Amino acid sequence: MFSTLMINTWLAATIVAVVAGSVGFFAVLRGSAFAAHALPQGAFAGAAGASLLGLNTILGLGVFSVLGALAISLLGKRGRHDAVTALTLVLMLGLGALFLSFSVEYAPEVYSLLFGEILGVSRGDLLPIALLGAASVLAIVALYRPLLLSSVMRDSGEARGLNSRTLEVCFLLVLALATSATIPVVGAFLMFSLMIAPAGSARTLTANPLTALGLSILIALATVWIAVAAAYETNWPIGFYVGTLGAAGYVLARARQAWQIRGHGHLVVAEQA
Amino acid sequence: MIGQLFEPGFFTNGAVHTALIVGAVVAVISACVGVFTVIRSQAFAGHSLSDLGTTGGSASFLAGASNPLWGFVIAALAGAGLIELLGARRRSDRDLATGIVLGAALGLSALFLYLDTSHSSTTGVSTTILFGSLFVLDPSMIPAAVALTVVALALLAGSYRMLLLSSLSPELAAARGIRVRLIGALYLVALGLAVALASLTIGALLSTALLIGPPATALRLSKQPAVAILAAALIGVLATWLGILLAYDSYNWPPLGHGWPVSFLIVALIFSFYLLTELPTRLLRTLRPNRQPLANAGPEP
Repeated sequence: MFSTLMINTWLAATIVAVVAGSVGFFAVLRGSAFAAHALPQGAFAGAAGASLLGLNTILGLGVFSVLGALAISLLGKRGRHDAVTALTLVLMLGLGALFLSFSVEYAPEVYSLLFGEILGVSRGDLLPIALLGAASVLAIVALYRPLLLSSVMRDSGEARGLNSRTLEVCFLLVLALATSATIPVVGAFLMFSLMIAPAGSARTLTANPLTALGLSILIALATVWIAVAAAYETNWPIGFYVGTLGAAGYVLARARQAWQIRGHGHLVVAEQA
Repeated sequence: MIGQLFEPGFFTNGAVHTALIVGAVVAVISACVGVFTVIRSQAFAGHSLSDLGTTGGSASFLAGASNPLWGFVIAALAGAGLIELLGARRRSDRDLATGIVLGAALGLSALFLYLDTSHSSTTGVSTTILFGSLFVLDPSMIPAAVALTVVALALLAGSYRMLLLSSLSPELAAARGIRVRLIGALYLVALGLAVALASLTIGALLSTALLIGPPATALRLSKQPAVAILAAALIGVLATWLGILLAYDSYNWPPLGHGWPVSFLIVALIFSFYLLTELPTRLLRTLRPNRQPLANAGPEP
């Protein structure tokens, strides 16, 4: 499991978890779960188009996810993006269907773009993930304060001169950046589950934003590491482990929250007595 | 002119007939359900439930069931129940719950597809599940599908006024004694049924497109819910029929002898209809900013 062949896989998984944990924290906080699903899934059409034209896959993914991010943020109305997100997603998937129908040999690769191929990462794959991943984490660090303010208290942020529209565009572009780097390795579906579930659990466990961000990255790391090990042992797809582990973690976090609330109720009763 | 528009054989082709009828029926049902989906901002749930349907479909393929209908329906209903159970009152939390359920379902899909392809080596099954196709439809599924559609529409019609009020203003509805949470749960069941059937017959991609696109367009044209439902149904049927016609004609487009996918054509039409209604209002707003109310003018520099 820890042979030299697997080193690249562990490295890629670790980078992806850090990126997904930090970008996903804001995706959950801002209620952008749908965009976090639509951009990775729609961007695969860009990969299909790039392969049709004989271009680099990551270039195609990047162009499509950036265009998708712009369409969602520019066509959407203040605070209501869901219908526009759905329309953008289906348009991108429709284009993907068109590109796929013109290229005969590409169809089998769709499976790996959707579900990932993390057990076969080469050294060459690692460099773009590391660079684009570092760029998106840096962007999150740079935007941390304004993003947090505009996500939690939009009106108060605007009163302090923050343009929530510009911030929305910036955030979706970071999401697009993170997406196009990671899809070729972990797949669109896995990237989505890894952005939403750990961040959702972290937010349920603590109210402090910085703790939640750290916890989100830690849970994402634990999820991916367990998933890689399990996928290596059983040969089942890694997306299955990430998806179900993430959901199980969230359910546990919610159960702990419910139990805590009940515990506090007892505490109050005891004090009154 | 007419002869040029309709390629020979369009009206006599049996597969085209089925596609025209099924497409129109699904478009009308999606319009009725979708207007509420757009008003309630539940597009993510609508899309996720169609993906969940395909998870159920791949599970029933794996189990060797000859008819994937029940797999689709059971998975979508289970998904609707889980989203309702995990979802809290706030909109962002509801999307989070939808995302968690969708993530788990996609993981299960990955497993089912993997087990399925490793046993029967059906390549391209992931593309079928992603896009679906209008031109392959098993006639034996039709009676059960019709019955379930009637259930979904009956749920909508039975709770129409209560659903409308609790969608537009949950506080007012609650004040009038409407059980908003129960109505929301019933609506998710109707949505799950409609979307599962749509993704089974026309694929997950077109299911989402017809559920959201025509209603979003119609709601830009009219704020009256009943009018919007009618307009959405018309737009949906128009896009579906035009798309099928273009797909049939596209065998004579470049590259010759290769048809364009019908799902792309329908989605492109739906998206352009939306842009046609959206862009003029945006242009007017940017061209005449002084018409804006004073409250939006912003602080003095």
